[in-house]
Amino acid sequence: MLINGIAVGCIYGMIALGFVLIYKATEAVNFAQGDIMMLGAFAAFSIIALLGFNYWVGLFGAILIMAVFGYALEALLLRPVIGQPQFAIVMLTIGLGFIFRTVAGAIWGHDPSAFYTPFTGKVSSFGPVVIAQENLAIIIGTALLCLVLYLFFTRTRLGVAMQASSQNQLAAYYMGIPVKRVFSLIWAISAGVAAVAGVLLSPLTLIDPGTMGFFGIKAFAAAVLGGFGSIPGALVGGILIGLVEQFAGRYLPAGFQETSAYLVLLLVLVLKPSGLFGQMAQKKV
Amino acid sequence: MAETILKVSNIETYYGPIMAIRGVSLEVEEGQMVTVLGANGAGKTTILKTISGVMDPQKGSVTFEGREIQKRDPDWVMRQGIAHVPEGREVFPFLSVRENLMMGAFTRTDRSGVDDDLELVFGYFPVLKERADQRAGNLSGGEQQMLAISRALMSRPRMMLLDEPSLGLSPRLVGEIFGIIRRLNEEQGMTMLLVEQNANMALKTAHHGYVLEVGRIVMEDSCARLMEKEDIQEFYLGVKDEGARGKRRWKKKKLWR
Ligand SMILES: Nc1ncnc2c1ncn2[C@@H]1O[C@H](COP(=O)(O)OP(=O)(O)O)[C@@H](O)[C@H]1O
Ligand SMILES: [Mg+2]
Repeated sequence: MLINGIAVGCIYGMIALGFVLIYKATEAVNFAQGDIMMLGAFAAFSIIALLGFNYWVGLFGAILIMAVFGYALEALLLRPVIGQPQFAIVMLTIGLGFIFRTVAGAIWGHDPSAFYTPFTGKVSSFGPVVIAQENLAIIIGTALLCLVLYLFFTRTRLGVAMQASSQNQLAAYYMGIPVKRVFSLIWAISAGVAAVAGVLLSPLTLIDPGTMGFFGIKAFAAAVLGGFGSIPGALVGGILIGLVEQFAGRYLPAGFQETSAYLVLLLVLVLKPSGLFGQMAQKKV
Repeated sequence: MAETILKVSNIETYYGPIMAIRGVSLEVEEGQMVTVLGANGAGKTTILKTISGVMDPQKGSVTFEGREIQKRDPDWVMRQGIAHVPEGREVFPFLSVRENLMMGAFTRTDRSGVDDDLELVFGYFPVLKERADQRAGNLSGGEQQMLAISRALMSRPRMMLLDEPSLGLSPRLVGEIFGIIRRLNEEQGMTMLLVEQNANMALKTAHHGYVLEVGRIVMEDSCARLMEKEDIQEFYLGVKDEGARGKRRWKKKKLWR
């Protein structure tokens, strides 16, 4: 159960990571993040179940497709809205979420779908502990993804330039950094991460336009809990929400499992709006 | 005579309906240090932003090495060889000093050249070498100014725009930074356009000067001659010898009558 909570929490954490990356760079909240994850899962579904390729082709194919999708989304739809009030961006992303769900339903149907993964239904045992491989895959996948992202953001020129663009957009321009393209790339990364989350989640929940959207809202709670703007915070927040949900499902009356994430969100907003990791220093724009 | 590298012709720049620059023209020759003096709000920053492409002029042109560069994106202008040291330093606060400097060299691909320039910059500002792995946000104001100048140098620019490097620094630090600015001009042959409120330091350091008042150039001359002018002494250098004061009072009285 603990492992279950951590695994689901990792999914929340990955989506929350997408929220945070985009927010730090562009100060926009992308409420369609959960729906992008759903699209990623459907992309993998198409590649694996419909086209008959193996799991790994599906995983990396979905990452690539969603990254291109995220890039185009920013460049074509979001960029023209930059400079408009925050509200406009929020409405736009919520609207996009609806559209994605509707379109996904039209293309793939509203019935839940699934595809074969190498981890489905298998277990690994470590001495007395038995862990479902699909959970193990999520946890290891998240850890690997975080490592890759960490190395990218701290060790590569482009990664550091992305940090720089998030910290001071004007100065980044003065350095000759193509800031607009960098922001599109950040959307691409967020969408790619969402695709990973969607593919890893698929053995646990069936893919359908309805349920996966909820993950977005719970991941939003995770990002707020983590302090919205802190990358480690997003992951820790995600795992905490995952655990709270599991334990609420076990020890509290029915109904609490589903709502506990929102309760946590409310509590954080009331008690400590800056979140657990919210000592982010004042950001210059 | 050296060649003109930057030529600003009759630019007009607006903030919405507000005309901040009202037809400014100026020229910078290669290797020269030119200063634009002006009080707070005169439009100094706006001129530099218009040159570097952050703002677009409604009228007029900016020519750099014979090529019109107005109304282009700032990252494009920068790649033409104009490095901008912005007002208020604008370092990347959560990146280390070294990472900040590497961002200055973002557009470059010649690694060994970048390494050489890093050493060059550390030679001018040894304190940055000591602090190379600290976060830029933790540096003092003077150190951040040094970092901002160094970061601009790292692109190996053809010319630099400096926006009030003296802002908010102690007189001792201002002296130190202007000393290095002068050395960069003399030793590296760096062409510079320096805008300042601190007329005293700027006139002592630069070759040629313009005086800007509410978006217009009202005076232009060599810095040596500008320093001799009475109204410059009075309004920008704050010369307080009795004679000047007496005269000013007398002027006011005359005005009131
Ligand atoms: N963002 C802005 N919006 C509206 N007006 C501005 C803005 N920035 C500067 N101004 C106006 O433009 C004029 C010139 O400003 P600026 O170039 O910053 O002057 P300086 O750098 O010489 O202090 C000032 O009158 C100022 O009020
Ligand atoms: Mg200014």
